[in-house]
Amino acid sequence: MAAKTKYELKLGMATREAFGRALVDIGRENKDVVVCDADLSKSTMVHFFAKEFPDRFFSCGIAEANMVAIGAGLASSGKIPFVASFSAFVLNKGFEQLRVTAAYPNVNLKVVGTHSGISIGEDGPSQMSIEDLNLACGLPGFVVLSPSDQVSMAAFVRLAAAHQGPVFLRAGRPKMPIIYPEGQKFEIGKAIELVPGKDVTLIAHGLMVAESIRAAEILEGEGVSARVLDMPTIKPLDEEAIRRAASETGAIVVSEEHLADGGLGVRVAQAVALSAPSPMEFVGIHNTYAESGTPEDLIEKYGMTAANAAAAARRVLKRKR
Amino acid sequence: MPQTKDVTELQAICKEIRRHIIDMITEAKSGHPGGSLSAVEILAVLYWDVMRHDPKNPQWKDRDRFLLGKGHAAPVLYSAMAMQGYTPVDKLNTLRKLGSIYQGHPDRRFIPAIEASTGSLGQALSVALGMGLAARLDGSPSRTYAMLGDGEIQEGQIWEAAMFGAFHKVDNVVAIVDYNKIQLDGFVKDIMDLEPLADKWRAFGWHVVDFDGHNIPAVQAAFAEAAATKGKPTVLLAHTVKGKGVSFMENNPKYHGVAPTVQERELALKELA
Repeated sequence: MAAKTKYELKLGMATREAFGRALVDIGRENKDVVVCDADLSKSTMVHFFAKEFPDRFFSCGIAEANMVAIGAGLASSGKIPFVASFSAFVLNKGFEQLRVTAAYPNVNLKVVGTHSGISIGEDGPSQMSIEDLNLACGLPGFVVLSPSDQVSMAAFVRLAAAHQGPVFLRAGRPKMPIIYPEGQKFEIGKAIELVPGKDVTLIAHGLMVAESIRAAEILEGEGVSARVLDMPTIKPLDEEAIRRAASETGAIVVSEEHLADGGLGVRVAQAVALSAPSPMEFVGIHNTYAESGTPEDLIEKYGMTAANAAAAARRVLKRKR
Repeated sequence: MPQTKDVTELQAICKEIRRHIIDMITEAKSGHPGGSLSAVEILAVLYWDVMRHDPKNPQWKDRDRFLLGKGHAAPVLYSAMAMQGYTPVDKLNTLRKLGSIYQGHPDRRFIPAIEASTGSLGQALSVALGMGLAARLDGSPSRTYAMLGDGEIQEGQIWEAAMFGAFHKVDNVVAIVDYNKIQLDGFVKDIMDLEPLADKWRAFGWHVVDFDGHNIPAVQAAFAEAAATKGKPTVLLAHTVKGKGVSFMENNPKYHGVAPTVQERELALKELA
């Protein structure tokens, strides 16, 4: 019998919508904020910005490589450009431009990838992004963010705009449970402890944060005290929170809607290896591409539910000395 | 900053830049002499005559900007910037050596007055167009110049940028193609022919100026025509000679990316005396 935490996890808006709306707010406050789009404004939700600030919105057509470098030029001349597309397109088609025109000269470009992970659903693997965090973390100097709900997304859009330097911000397609109260404070590079616990730590970002809270409730019903950490900043990593989790709970599960051999998990493993080596388990996509289906069916089939995180916790507890 | 419109003075400046290029690349024992030598007149006219810039205040917001898309021609840019007072002339011969500000390809981390770090081909025109948009939003008179190699414009991103520039009417940006007809593996026409090049740019909505890129009055006239063209961006197709000014390098694909020997330097400097 699962125990209850304080989290109601009421369904809110998609993180892409929270992004699109927050962008309008910061656009009102700062006229240097500009937006570039590659024919997906209704999907990435930058159409809200386009409607209110048509002069600061640049349609690039379906040409992501050019869009990224246009953004880099705008940033080099003092603007705060947000270039947005699906994660699968902006990072894969724009990667060389992100490398040479954004990361290498360290320009103030904000890159937003929506429809990340497999929860985009029916459109299938060509549109799904399961390698974007690996790519983004491979760009020296980039800050890499993956917020979990509408409140944290709105806050991180603001933090991304205020940060001096390149940022990748990851958003998803489906509506997401609300985790945080309005007014919650966030910082780049800081994890948030959502559930205290001492036996095992469940670390997650994006869609897997709510699932990890539910997993902690399942485990609590079994007498296991699971700590839950939301890690919205993939890079730079909150190494101190990881060190504490490893040394205080001695076992870690990282869950993410991403390839398990990239993304947050391997980065946490590196931090654990350097601080307090502990057994770990990884919930995510394992060396494959997904397929068409409803988001719910896909999450289930590819093993990214609360039940999967709880099962991983049981496995890691057996390995804990 | 030194400025001149005088053709004889500009020709003398071009000779000095060419001597720098030969010397730098010989000392470095690697580099790209051919495509540096072909671009000399264009850079001299830009830095001495056309561009509004201030080496004492390189971050001046309303400055004109130059981006070297064909980043492998870095020596011609370094020589021009050094002679303008941005960087030390007496350190030019540290090109490509560890710790030098004169990196193998232009790098803003070492010379902040460089407008874009380049070297991976095909990207500078897009960056220049972003700068052009920013200037327009700010109501700034700043104009941006992007020099592209002819081989470079085989990259698809150039044509994405070409569509973008015309669609958004970015008339404060000028693309310059250093059309020296040779790329690394040989003659452009044998690797991936660009012709009919002027027609291609026109079809993409650009104003095209075709001219002799070593004839200084023709170069000056081309920039003037670009400045007078409103409502669309301009591309300058500068017909040039790879290795220009050194007889044994001219039109010789070998000197795309091979440094002169010490003996070849002596011969070249004699011709450029």
